[in-house]
Amino acid sequence: MQTPAVLTVLGEDRIGIVAGITDVLARASANIEDIRQTIIGGIFSMTMLVTVDEDVTPFDTLQTQLDEAGQRIGVQVTLQREDVFRFMHRI
Amino acid sequence: MHITPEEVVETLLMITQQNLDIRTVTLGLALDSCADTDAEKVAAKVYEKVASSASELVPVAEAIEREYGIPIVNRRISVTPVAQLAAACACGDITAVARALDRAAAEVGVDFIGGYSALVHKGIGEGDRLLIDSIPQALAQTERVCSSVNVASTRAGINMDAVSRMAAVVRETAEATADNGSFGCGKLVVFANMVEDNPFMAGAVHGAGEADAVINVGISGPGVVRAVVESLSETADLTEVAEAIKATAFKITRAGELIAREAARRLGADMGIVDLSLAPTPAEGDSVAAIIEAIGVKRCGGPGTTTALALLNDAVKKGGAMGTSSIGGLSGAFIPVSEDAGMIRAVQEGALTLEKLEAMTSVCSVGLDMIAIPGDTPQETIAAIIADACAIGVINHKTTATRLIPVIGKTVGDSVEYGGLFGTAPVMAVNEWAGTRLIRRGGRFPAPLGSLRN
Repeated sequence: MQTPAVLTVLGEDRIGIVAGITDVLARASANIEDIRQTIIGGIFSMTMLVTVDEDVTPFDTLQTQLDEAGQRIGVQVTLQREDVFRFMHRI
Repeated sequence: MHITPEEVVETLLMITQQNLDIRTVTLGLALDSCADTDAEKVAAKVYEKVASSASELVPVAEAIEREYGIPIVNRRISVTPVAQLAAACACGDITAVARALDRAAAEVGVDFIGGYSALVHKGIGEGDRLLIDSIPQALAQTERVCSSVNVASTRAGINMDAVSRMAAVVRETAEATADNGSFGCGKLVVFANMVEDNPFMAGAVHGAGEADAVINVGISGPGVVRAVVESLSETADLTEVAEAIKATAFKITRAGELIAREAARRLGADMGIVDLSLAPTPAEGDSVAAIIEAIGVKRCGGPGTTTALALLNDAVKKGGAMGTSSIGGLSGAFIPVSEDAGMIRAVQEGALTLEKLEAMTSVCSVGLDMIAIPGDTPQETIAAIIADACAIGVINHKTTATRLIPVIGKTVGDSVEYGGLFGTAPVMAVNEWAGTRLIRRGGRFPAPLGSLRN
C-alpha cells in the first residue's frame, strides 16, 4: 500500500540533518515527492511530501525509525498521513 | 506540493501549542439483543456484548492518533438507554447492569461509558422507575458509568414530576458519593430534548434510531479558536472576528470528519456524526471563557458575555457545516464551570453567576454544567433550577442540560478538586428565592405552541 505522508523536521541547524533523515527514508523504500527547506534565525525547517510503501515498511515502523534518527541528530521529526492536511486546508 | 509548508506548520502549531485535539471517539452500541427477564442474565449479556464489540476501539484510536499526529483525548462508549432493558426484566435491582457496564469499560480500556439512562419526558414507565431509583447506588458503586435522564421535550413539554424525582436523585447521588466530593453527580445529566447521537459524557446514549454500532466524534479546540481571535487586531470588527472563527472551525471540523471516517472504516461500524461542540479543558488557554474574553468581554460573565458566546457558537456552526455533512450530537459550545480555567477564575472573582450561566444556556448547549452548589441546597431548589433550564430548551427547540453537584459538607467559597478533565469546582451561590411551591405543584408543563408544526 502506497501511503502519501508529510514529514516535518524542526531543530537547530547542523551538518547532516538532510542526510540523516533521507537515509532512513531510502532504507524504508519511502520515495520523496517534494522537499522544501529553509533556515530562519538558525532554526532548520524542512517539509517533505513522501510516499511510504507500507508493504516494505509499515507506517508506524517508519515513524519509530524517524523518531530514533531525529533523536540521534537532535531535531524533531514528525511523520503524518497527508490526508489530514488536505482535509484541513482544502475544500 | 499542493500542501504548503505554511499550512503544515499551522497544523503542527495548532496541535503542539493550541491544544487542538479530537476530544472523543465514541462507539455507540445497541444493546437490544441483551434483553432478558433476569437482571443477572442481562448483566452477563451486556458485559459480553460491550467487551467483544468494543475490544478494538482503543487500539484503533491509538493507531489513528499516531498516524495522523492528532491527539484523540478520549475513547468512549455509549449504549442503548438501560431503562429499555430494565423494562424487560421488571425486577427490583438492576445495578448489576451498571456494574457489568463498568467492568466491560475497564476491560476494553475506556474511561467512561454512557447510557445508564431513561427517557421520561412524557411519563415514567416501570423500567424507567427501576432505573431512576437505582441511579445513586449505580453511580456510587461504579467508576466509569454515566447516567442521563430526559425529563422534557419540545414535543411533550416538561414532566415536572420527573424533574422533582431527578432533583431527589441528584441529592441522593451527592449523599451516596459524599466521600468523593459528591462526584457521582458529575456523572449524571438531566436533559431537555436529549439527542440520540451525543458522543460527549456524561450525557451520551445510543438512541433507538441508530444502527447497531456507530462511531460518533466530538471535536475540540477552544485553544485554537482563542489563539486565532487573539491574533486579530484590537480594532477588528465583529464580522472579522466571526469570519476568523468560522475559518478555524472548518479546519477543526475537517480533522474530526477525517478521524470519524477512518475510525468507522477500521472498526467496521457506521460513521455517525461529528459533534461541533467546543469543549474546554482545565489546561491554561483551552477555555471557552478565554475566547469570550478575547472577543472583548472584561471577564466571562460580565455584560456582553451572552453576545460573545452567541457569536462564537454561531460562527463555529457555520464553519463546521462546511466541514462535514454529518453534524450531530449537541453541537454547541460547552461551558462546564469546573472544566474551564477561565470560568473558574470568573466565578472566583465574582463575575460569573448561576443566573448568567442560565442566560448563556439559551445561546449554546448544555449550559448548567459541572456546577458545584452548596451541599444543603434544598431538593425543590435543585428541581427549580433544572426546570428553568428545561424551559429554555423546550421553548427554544434546543437541547439543554443540567449537571449540578450539591457538594455535601461544602458551602459558597469552598472548592472541590476533581482532577483530570473534570478540574476544580468552586461552590457557587444559589438564589434563595426558589419556586418551591411551583415545584410542589408537579404535573406536566404542557407542550408549547411551538411544538405544533405538522
